[in-house]
Amino acid sequence: MNFETIIGLEVHVELKTNTKIFSSAPSHFGAEPNKNIHVTDLAYPGVMPVLNKSVVDFGMKAAMALNCDIADVMHFDRKHYFYPDNPKAYQISQEDRPIGVGGWVEIEVDGKKKKIRLNRIHLEEDAGKLTHTEHGYSLVDLNRQGTPLIEIVSEADIRSADEAYAFLEKLKAIIEYTGVSDCRMEEGSLRCDANISLRPVGQKEFGTKTELKNLNSFNFVRRGIIKEVERQEKILLSGGVIEQETRRYDESTGDTVLMRIKGSADDYRFINDPDLPEIHIDEDWKARIRAEIPELPDARKDRYMNELGLPAYDAMVLTLTKEMSDFYEATVEAGADPKLASNWLMGEVSAYLNAEQKELAETKLTPEGLTSMIKLIEDGTISSKIAKKVFKELIEKGGIADDIVKAKGLVQISDEGTLRKMVAETLEANPQSIVDYKDGKGRALGFLVGQIMKASKGQANPQLVNKILLEEIEKH
Amino acid sequence: MTLLNKTTAELQSLLHNKEITIKELTEETFARVAKTDDKVQAFISTNEEKALERAEQLDNEPVENRGPLFGLPVGIKDNIVTKGITTTSASRMLEDFIPVYDATVVEKLNQAGMVSIGKLNLDEFAMGSTTETSAFKTTCNPWNLDHVPGGSSGGSAAAVAAGEVPFALGTDTGGSIRQPAAFCGVVGMKPTYGRVSRYGLIALASSLDQIGPITRTVEDNALLLQAIAGHDEKDSSSSSKEVPNYIEHLTGDIRGIKIGVPKEYMGVGVGEDAKNAVLEALKVLESLGAEWEEVSLPHTTYALPAYYYISSAEASSNLSRYDGVHFGYRSEDAKSLDEIYRKSRAESFGRDVKRRILLGTYALSAGHYEEYYKKAQKARMLVAQDFANVFSKYDVIISSAAPTTAYKIDGEPDDIVTKYMGDILTTPINLAGVPAISVPCGFSNGLPLGLQIIGNHFDEATIYKVAHAYEQATDFHKRTPAIWEEK
Repeated sequence: MNFETIIGLEVHVELKTNTKIFSSAPSHFGAEPNKNIHVTDLAYPGVMPVLNKSVVDFGMKAAMALNCDIADVMHFDRKHYFYPDNPKAYQISQEDRPIGVGGWVEIEVDGKKKKIRLNRIHLEEDAGKLTHTEHGYSLVDLNRQGTPLIEIVSEADIRSADEAYAFLEKLKAIIEYTGVSDCRMEEGSLRCDANISLRPVGQKEFGTKTELKNLNSFNFVRRGIIKEVERQEKILLSGGVIEQETRRYDESTGDTVLMRIKGSADDYRFINDPDLPEIHIDEDWKARIRAEIPELPDARKDRYMNELGLPAYDAMVLTLTKEMSDFYEATVEAGADPKLASNWLMGEVSAYLNAEQKELAETKLTPEGLTSMIKLIEDGTISSKIAKKVFKELIEKGGIADDIVKAKGLVQISDEGTLRKMVAETLEANPQSIVDYKDGKGRALGFLVGQIMKASKGQANPQLVNKILLEEIEKH
Repeated sequence: MTLLNKTTAELQSLLHNKEITIKELTEETFARVAKTDDKVQAFISTNEEKALERAEQLDNEPVENRGPLFGLPVGIKDNIVTKGITTTSASRMLEDFIPVYDATVVEKLNQAGMVSIGKLNLDEFAMGSTTETSAFKTTCNPWNLDHVPGGSSGGSAAAVAAGEVPFALGTDTGGSIRQPAAFCGVVGMKPTYGRVSRYGLIALASSLDQIGPITRTVEDNALLLQAIAGHDEKDSSSSSKEVPNYIEHLTGDIRGIKIGVPKEYMGVGVGEDAKNAVLEALKVLESLGAEWEEVSLPHTTYALPAYYYISSAEASSNLSRYDGVHFGYRSEDAKSLDEIYRKSRAESFGRDVKRRILLGTYALSAGHYEEYYKKAQKARMLVAQDFANVFSKYDVIISSAAPTTAYKIDGEPDDIVTKYMGDILTTPINLAGVPAISVPCGFSNGLPLGLQIIGNHFDEATIYKVAHAYEQATDFHKRTPAIWEEK
C-alpha cells in the first residue's frame, strides 16, 4: 500500500521587542539567570499584565507579511498548566480571537511551486527555562518568561520532509526580512513542532497524527519527519494502529522517541484574561504597519532574475537571508557585475562564513571591498588566484582591494617582455620537459606553467604565460 | 479620646492649629487598637514602629501642603499588598509573604499623607461573607461580639465600627465591602469596576474585584475614594475617565432624584426587618424630595449562580500561582514536583478556598465550559442589561444591602447554597460592574441594617449625594456600639 504523508507545522518565533510582552523587564537573550525579570514575570500576588503595544506592531507585521487577515478586535486568554517554568500556572495566549487568521507561504520544491496555507498566527508569552541538575533538583531561570512570541500554525498542507524544510526556510526568510525576529533556532528564537500522519493514497480522511518535538534545526526537522514517516509506515503495513502521542526527536540516534500518549485533547481550561481588555486594531494602525513592511524575499528574487539577469537558483540563495541580500544589493550598487558578485557571495563568502561559523556582519568585508576586488579581476589587474589572497585580506581585515594589491605588490604581470624573459629562463632550466612535451606528454606543459607561476609568485598572467610558452617551445 | 468624637474636618483643624500632632493621633490610634482589638480581632498585624516614624515625618510637612486626609490613620485589608509588610490574604499559603512593592492604592494613601496602622482580617483570599474562613482569627462584630462582622472585609468594617480607625480599605467581589459595612453599621462603597486600580490587590475574581473605602460617614467615604480613584497604567482595566470632586456633590439637595426599587430585591429571602428598614428609608428620601417607584431587574434570579460560576472560575485561575514553587507555603515533606503542588496546596488552603477552586476548575473543564462558564457569561450580560434599562430612567436603585443582620459566629448554615444566598442582593452589582454603597439604615435586635444605594457606571457622585442627604436626615450613623464606652 502506498501512503501519503500529511504534515502540519507549529512554529514559535520570538519577537525582538525591547521589553517583554506584559512587563517592563528587558527582553533579550544571554543575560545572567533571573536578571531580566520584573515582579509581573514572577507572578507575585497582586501583579497585573500590561500589554506592550509594540508586540502587537511586531506580530501584525509578521502576520501581514505572511498574508494573514488581521483581526479588528483581539484579546488574550489564559491557558492553564502547572510547571515551574510557568509561575502564574497559566500562559497568556490567544485562543478565540488571534491577531491573524488565514495566510499562506509559497514554497518551491523540485521546481514546483505550492502555497502552504496558514491556519492562524497568535501572540503569546514564552515560559521560563528549567535546567535539570544531576543532584535531583532543577534550576529555574525566568529571564525568558514573558518574552513575546508569535505562534504560526500551518494547515496540514505539507506533504513531505522537503516541503516542510522549504516551508520553514521561506517562513524564516519572510519573518527575518520584516525585522521582527532574528529567527535563530540555536538561540531558541525560532522553534518548530511537527504534526505528522499518513493516509493511504486516495483516502480523504486524515490518519491519526503524532506530534514531533525537540526539532532544533531545519535539518533535524527534515530528518525527524523522515524517521517518523518510516516508523508510522512500518506500523501501518504490519497492520498496527498509530497512537496519538507526542514524540521527541533524538539528535544522537536520529530516531523519534515516545514522550507521552495524548488521551483526549489536553484540557487547558481556557478563559478570557480579565486583566487585559480587548485590543481594537483600526484601519490606521493596520495601514501604518503595512507601510513598514519591506520588500519580501519573493519580490526580491523576481527582481534579481528580471532586472539583474541572475539564474533562479542564485536569486533564491541570495534572498534567503536579508543580510546576504542587502549585502548583495549594495555590492551591485557599488558597481560590481551582478553575476560575478553573486558567484563570490555564494562561493567564497559563504564558504568562509560556514568554515568560520560567522555571520556576514561579524566579518570585515564591505560591499565596497568586494566590488573593488571584482573590478580588479575584471580589468585583469589581478588573477583569480591572487584574488583569493586579496579576498582573505578583505574579509579578515577589511579595506579596499586596490590598496591591498598595491601594498603587497600583487599586481598581475601582463607585460609580454617580462613574461617572455621568465619563460625563456624556465625553458633553459628544464630542457627535459621540452623533450617530453614534444614526445606528446601534455603534462610537461602544465609543469612548466607551474614553474613560471612559482617564479612570479603567482603574479604572472596565466593566459599570457600559456600563449608565450607555446610560442617559445616551438622555437626549440 | 480625640479620634472617637471628632469629624475629619475637626481633626484637620486640630492638626492645622497644632493642638494635636500626627504622632499623638497615631499613638492614640494604637492605644485604641490595643484596648479593643483583643475583643474585636480586626487586625491581622499592626506596624506601630513604622507608623510612628512616618507620623513624625508627616508632622514636619508644612501645613499648606496638606490635603483633607493628611496625617489620619487608615487600616488596610490584608489582601492588598504593602511593601515590606507581611500580606497574608488571611491564608496559611501567604503567612510569611512579604511583598516587594506597594499596591497602587497604598501608594495613593501615602501620597495623601495617611498613616497606615496595620493589616485587617478577611475571609481567606476574600472568599466568604463572615470573615470566619480567615486562617488566623475570627473577627467579632463590635455591636455584639457573638456575631460575625460579615465579610470578606470583616476586619475593615469591624475596625471602623469599633472606633479603632476612622478609615479602612476593603475589597468587594460580590458584596465584600457592602455586606460587612451593613453588618457593622458603617459606610462602605464598592466603586464602579475600573474606578480604582486593582494593581496590588491579591486577585479573587479579576473581572469583579474592586477596592473601596469603609468609613463612619459618607463624607469620609467620599474623601477616601477621591484619594484612591483614577487611572493607573499598571492596571489595564482601570478607567481613564476623569474623577469628579465627590465632596462638591454632598449638597443635601436630592429633590427630583428618581429612585428605582427592584421588586426582586424586596422578595423571598429578604428579612422583614431589612425590607421595613428600606421602606422607612424611602419615606425619608421622599420627604427630602426624591421620588421612588418599583422597578424590575428580571434576570436577578440568574445572578447568584452566574456569580458563583464566574468568580470561582476566575479564582481557580488566579489562585493557581500559589503552587509552592516560587513563593508562599511549600510542604516540607514533598518529594516530587507533583507532591510540591498537591501537598503545598492541600496543606495551606482552607476548606472554602478548596471548594471554590474545585467549583471553578469544574466550570472551566472541557465538556462543562459551555454548560456553566459560558452560560454564566451570557447571564452576566443579561443582568448588566437589566441595570442599564433601569438606569435609563432612574438615578439610583435602592435595596437592603443584605437580606439579614449579622449571623451568629459559628451559627451560619452548614448548607453552602443557603450560605451563598446571603449574597443575592450584592452579587448582581458586581456582575454589572456598577457602583453601590451601604449606609446605616436601622437596627434589628441591636444589630445594624444597611441601605444599598446603587448608581450607574462611574456615577459614584450621585450615590454619595443621595447617601449623604439620607445620612444627614437620620441619626443611625451617630449611634455607637457599647464597646466604644468600655474602659
